[in-house]
Amino acid sequence: MGRSMYREFLILSRGGQGGVTASRILATAAAYEGKWAQAIPEFGAERRGAIVKSYLRVSNGVIKRHSKVYNADGASIFSSKILELIDIGEVVPRNAVLLINSPSKPGIEGYRDIYYVDATRIALDHGLVIAGWPVVNTAMASAMARVFEIASLESVLKAIKEFFHGELAEKNISAAQEAWNKVYR
Amino acid sequence: MRKVLIGNVAIAEAVKLARVEVISAYPITPQTIIVEKLAEMVDSGELNAKYIRVDSEHSALAAVYGASAGGSRVFTATSSHGLLYMYEMLWWIANSRLPVVMSVVTRSLGPPWNIHTDHQDALTIRDAGWIIGFAENVQEVFDMTLQAYKISEDKRVLLPSIIALDGFILSHTAEPLEIPSQSEVDGWLPPREPLPFVMKPGESFAVGNLGPDEVTMELRWYIWRAMERAKKIIEDVDKEYGELTGREYGGLTEKYRVDDADYIVLGMGSWSGDMKEAIDVLRDEGYKVGLLRIRYVRPFPMEDILKYCVPAKAVLVYDRAVSMGYGGILAGEASSILRGKTPLKSVVAGLGGVDMRSEEFVDSIKRFIEEYEMDKDVEWLNTYWLLKGGGEG
Repeated sequence: MGRSMYREFLILSRGGQGGVTASRILATAAAYEGKWAQAIPEFGAERRGAIVKSYLRVSNGVIKRHSKVYNADGASIFSSKILELIDIGEVVPRNAVLLINSPSKPGIEGYRDIYYVDATRIALDHGLVIAGWPVVNTAMASAMARVFEIASLESVLKAIKEFFHGELAEKNISAAQEAWNKVYR
Repeated sequence: MRKVLIGNVAIAEAVKLARVEVISAYPITPQTIIVEKLAEMVDSGELNAKYIRVDSEHSALAAVYGASAGGSRVFTATSSHGLLYMYEMLWWIANSRLPVVMSVVTRSLGPPWNIHTDHQDALTIRDAGWIIGFAENVQEVFDMTLQAYKISEDKRVLLPSIIALDGFILSHTAEPLEIPSQSEVDGWLPPREPLPFVMKPGESFAVGNLGPDEVTMELRWYIWRAMERAKKIIEDVDKEYGELTGREYGGLTEKYRVDDADYIVLGMGSWSGDMKEAIDVLRDEGYKVGLLRIRYVRPFPMEDILKYCVPAKAVLVYDRAVSMGYGGILAGEASSILRGKTPLKSVVAGLGGVDMRSEEFVDSIKRFIEEYEMDKDVEWLNTYWLLKGGGEG
């Protein structure tokens, strides 16, 4: 298939957190670097607060398949609450790397590697709040780009400017910059 | 220009580049983003078109019917029950020979209420005289939409076109695509000629008038001939578009590793990409199998099916739609062309958005080949259903 690099990712977010947008930002950022990418949302009866899945595929060759992602190499969890609501072991294979939005080291084990970033605090600090909800998508997208080596910070920031404009773009860019530097394991 | 867009937005970009003059809009999931994006483009002045909000899908198609009869280049979009609600107007437009272009973002028909894809909605209209294309990926959604204007407006065709794309899988998935510039498109797609007729204020004109029986039948025969001619036009447009953009797909079908294939798989829509990856895996394992991807179900690619399926040992057809009491729709159509010349197995899968992975295509294609190798006189008289969590197949 002419592709030496091929990776699949899963985003678990809650409706309103911007999981779908994060996936699209990352696909856009990867494409700037000449990679092929697919950002696939899984829609159901979504509503604010419901758990939403989005998928992301990145490769250096054209990706032909369009099915859902079943064996993610990496998973990004936009709210640590989600870990209390679902059995993560059923959704994300054990050899995957996890990135969790959490203020401190999450109490979860059994994965290849576990990273965390306090995206909620970052979103609040940069005034990224809609209808009372901190919108963590750009912070999480940036942390994902770094942990999963999807794209450079420069590409992520450029992609953010395609999705947001004016003052909102500036806030999202500073949130993304901070998240890139404050992701821990 | 390279962009990363979802299928629905890619369609809006194609409509803009085609300089569409009249758009009618009625929302339905998963189509709605197309007409929302077009509304933004009209509002910002990026697209100079008349945007008509209507009270139903029936009215949406009626509005572009009138606008097309008035000589305008038109567009609308729908899905699922919205398409069924348009059914009467679909026939008015085809029988009036108007080059309307519409996107159908495929979605299952209720009940149960389900917003995910299968091909049942688009295939309910296969007898109506519309050209019907199915896209595999976001790039092809864009390319086919733009090409639809050139094909439908060709004076040898003058038939409406539907471009079908799988709901969510293409409509909401973002992928990279190349978008030609406005000047490139302008040089290739001239403004619509006033054909087959143009209604003008102050001039008496009847459309859909009372027709004597013999005339009615003769008009149907003209549509039949136009549909036959459309095969060549679709191929020519694919070639000239290939010269313009570097992307040529193969006309009515795409031939994927079929040249020396003992086994041919037939399929259409977004899961064809998953099938291609399955075929690559099977080729690496030594199986001589290829995919004949149906790009247009109307006009139906009879010649390609004969050319590639008759020399093959056996044919496997994946259908995302079924004719209840008969079988998979594509399988039924292909076997009516093959008339028993090649054994054919019909598999129905993916209804209501049920996901099919490339690995599942590998398994079921292998099973089909093994069945044939074990019994070369095999007759697959049943329609096999790939139910998730058990079932036949």
